[in-house]
Amino acid sequence: MMVFVNGTSTEVVPGLTLGAYIDQLGRGRKGLAVAMGDTVIRRGLWDETVMTEHDRIEVLTAAQGG
Amino acid sequence: MDTAPSQDVLTIAGVSFASRLITGTGGAPGFEILEAALAASGTEMTTVAMRRVDRETSGSVLDLLARLGLRVLPNTAGCFTARDAVLTAQMAREALETNWIKLEVIGDDVTLLPDAVELLDAAEALVNDGFVVLAYTNDDPIVARRLAQLGCAAVMPLGSPIGSGLGIGNPHNIALIVDQATTPIILDAGIGTASDAALAMELGCDGVLLATAVTRAQDPVRMALAMKYAVQGGRLARMAGRIPRRWNALASSAHGDVADFSASDSGPIHD
Repeated sequence: MMVFVNGTSTEVVPGLTLGAYIDQLGRGRKGLAVAMGDTVIRRGLWDETVMTEHDRIEVLTAAQGG
Repeated sequence: MDTAPSQDVLTIAGVSFASRLITGTGGAPGFEILEAALAASGTEMTTVAMRRVDRETSGSVLDLLARLGLRVLPNTAGCFTARDAVLTAQMAREALETNWIKLEVIGDDVTLLPDAVELLDAAEALVNDGFVVLAYTNDDPIVARRLAQLGCAAVMPLGSPIGSGLGIGNPHNIALIVDQATTPIILDAGIGTASDAALAMELGCDGVLLATAVTRAQDPVRMALAMKYAVQGGRLARMAGRIPRRWNALASSAHGDVADFSASDSGPIHD
């Protein structure tokens, strides 16, 4: 199943939750925020939010700037 | 003495800061120098951008700020629309667990100047959503007043474009913004060197926010220290009340008892 994460097409297994995907990144959950489309997904909902085909997902963190 | 810097705090949305210098993190050549510069500056709050997670990134600017005990002020740098700025602010709140946001909505990539229309829309939406909004804006007294009326916690007019180091292009407008202020006024952007920061404070700004002037200085740590003292010096000068400018000289010593040699009958002193 194809989704777009931070603008890059990414193959994920069907039924993957946001929480499982974030954990796969291997950097913990602290300091991260996730949006699907135009909606920010609260941290507490990551484990029950299932990715669907062609979802546009943004995963942000703090960086130098501004 | 009630003008002692230790008792003269900057208060934004009920939170007090002993330092009136707010710093940014952009442009630093590395974390080690950034950390040393931020420590030297005496700042208590530092702004960070929100960016896509990079698998390659090692180390975290958040860890650095935590080590220094600095309050994190996320920003919406890079947003061109109210919609993107609001979404970025909401993501910052989720990621960093703070409802404070430095709101920045720029009009284009060349000038990086604020887009006042989008800025006002975003400010209203964010205030209504419970954010403490510190709004980066043009040096326009009318827009500054509108931002305050919308409920922004601080209004942050630019001195000149971001990263330009051109200083305060229109000190008259900054003074007008200060005169009508109902929120703290923070001079944000354009600072090039210490005298620019001192001038901002002398004009009556409540604080200064700067990044590039320190991070891209030849010696960032020394410049950070210069900015610390410039902000303190400018603040003290503002509170002390400068002398009025005059066209003609005004002698600083009394003339009455000056010796009068005109009546002397002795000739020129020659051997």
